[in-house]
Amino acid sequence: MSSFSFTAHKMRPAKIFGKIVFYVIITLAAILVLVPFLWMLSTSFKGAEPIRTIPIRWIPEHPTLSSYAQVIGMSSFNFGRATFNSFFIAITCTVVQVLSVSMAGFIFAKIPFKGREKVFLLYLATMMIPTTVTLIPSYTILNGMHLLDTYWAMILLALNNAFGVFLMRQNMSAVHDAYLEAAMMDGCSMAKIFFKIMLPMCKPAVATMTLMAFMGAWNDYLKPLIILTSNDMQTLQLALATLNGQAGGKENILMAGAVLTILPILIVYICVQRYIDEGLQIGGMKG
Amino acid sequence: MYFPNPRQKRRTVTAFLLPSLIGVVVFCLVPIIVSLAYSFLDYDVLRPLSDALFVGLQNYKQLFSSDEMPKALWHTFQYILYYMPLVMVLALVEASLLNRAFRGNGVYRVIFYTPVITSWVAAAVVWKWLLSGKFSPINQFFALFGITAPTWLADPNWAMFGISMAAVWKDCGYFALLFLAAMKNIDRSYYEAADIDGARWYQKFFRITLPLISPTVFLLLVTTLIGSFQVFDSVQVMMSGLPTQATTVMMERIYTYAFKSYQMGTAAAWSWILFLIILVFTILQFRLQKKWVNYDV
Repeated sequence: MSSFSFTAHKMRPAKIFGKIVFYVIITLAAILVLVPFLWMLSTSFKGAEPIRTIPIRWIPEHPTLSSYAQVIGMSSFNFGRATFNSFFIAITCTVVQVLSVSMAGFIFAKIPFKGREKVFLLYLATMMIPTTVTLIPSYTILNGMHLLDTYWAMILLALNNAFGVFLMRQNMSAVHDAYLEAAMMDGCSMAKIFFKIMLPMCKPAVATMTLMAFMGAWNDYLKPLIILTSNDMQTLQLALATLNGQAGGKENILMAGAVLTILPILIVYICVQRYIDEGLQIGGMKG
Repeated sequence: MYFPNPRQKRRTVTAFLLPSLIGVVVFCLVPIIVSLAYSFLDYDVLRPLSDALFVGLQNYKQLFSSDEMPKALWHTFQYILYYMPLVMVLALVEASLLNRAFRGNGVYRVIFYTPVITSWVAAAVVWKWLLSGKFSPINQFFALFGITAPTWLADPNWAMFGISMAAVWKDCGYFALLFLAAMKNIDRSYYEAADIDGARWYQKFFRITLPLISPTVFLLLVTTLIGSFQVFDSVQVMMSGLPTQATTVMMERIYTYAFKSYQMGTAAAWSWILFLIILVFTILQFRLQKKWVNYDV
């Protein structure tokens, strides 16, 4: 990684020039990526002042939190309730999915049984079935279970994530059997081995999986749109989409809403970020 | 791992596999069969299933006789044609930039990844305004050079391209992260040997990096194509309140038939056609991989 030195006095002029070009390119790319966020933030702090201006006023003249207050006090949806729903669904779905895929990964990595490879292939095959085919019957199945418009429906749909099972299996295979066998000799239960040895030894993978599951649940739009139909069950994403349909010209309110839906996931990301690269690398992405 | 007690082993396997297996069976395997059956029915989901009529291939016939399908397919293809090459090339550039030691590497990585963690709804709400015409930052940027940029989403000729641009912005960081992971797996000795031979950077990229990460490129091409055929969230949120005749994509049709007009049979037929199209393209990709994917290392 740190194969070349940063101390300028050792560098030839050509190398310094190359470095400047490199920083200019990567910074320009970063600015391009950030422009939509900057525009969103700047607009969300604008109150009565005009938004459609030429040139754009990137720093609001009279920064105000009134747009945020308006989103929170919106009458067409209950912002507090939507926030609670989003958090509740994202957290329960994440816990359920991380547990369920780690447990499956543990079996596929460490406990051989007859027909195991076939079952694993079946899991992998589900990755290739597009949502389009399963979406409509899933809806009618949940309807038949009388679970439409409930948290349970979202949790049940989160039970399997084939990519997650694959990721956990790859990581858990790397843990040496000796640890597990030693624990078993000491009379540890399977649950204890799983929670006290397996999961702690695969922290990067668990962190990657947690971010993936949380992102999936927090950002999901199509599934909640179909399943959570009543006002009290709306998530933040659905609320923001509703706001988008009705806000008309009020960009500042929409942008405040967008900021409020992004903040929680951003915080989660920054918390687990340092584990992610590691987790993905062990995940067997070599193909 | 060795189990002294087979009964304990059976219990463990069952208990640990059960939750995910419920997901696989109830929400994937059963739905495949059910959805095929639906596609032969005239089924209004608001009424009991016993009221549904068997109509044979009627749903499929109807679907091929109108011009809805070619239109939706064409819009979906447009999205794929704009989005896939752009996102792949830009992500490769991004990963190559990040694949070297420099101060601030971590900060740049977080910046590039932020669009990925943003929800499509939030991203689409922002991009809807970025692509709204005259007053948007994009159009004002072009105006600096005296270019009048199109009104993007409101212009039927540019709407799908606008949506694709937003998707490239959103997904680039994800692809770059996976390319980067693959690049870090490449043995440094290849580059050292190339340096001794006096290879230029582009020779190193096309002769060493690209062939050695081709399995990752292939994996992403396959999964992305499957995902791109099902583009929905971005189109739905960005086009809300705008004329949509130039942006009706396959998934939007399926959603509308199933959950707006409650014609589950028609929707299931659409989804099976889409599935078959995806299947053909996926098989094609697997056939072609022998020509360019390198599994030797």
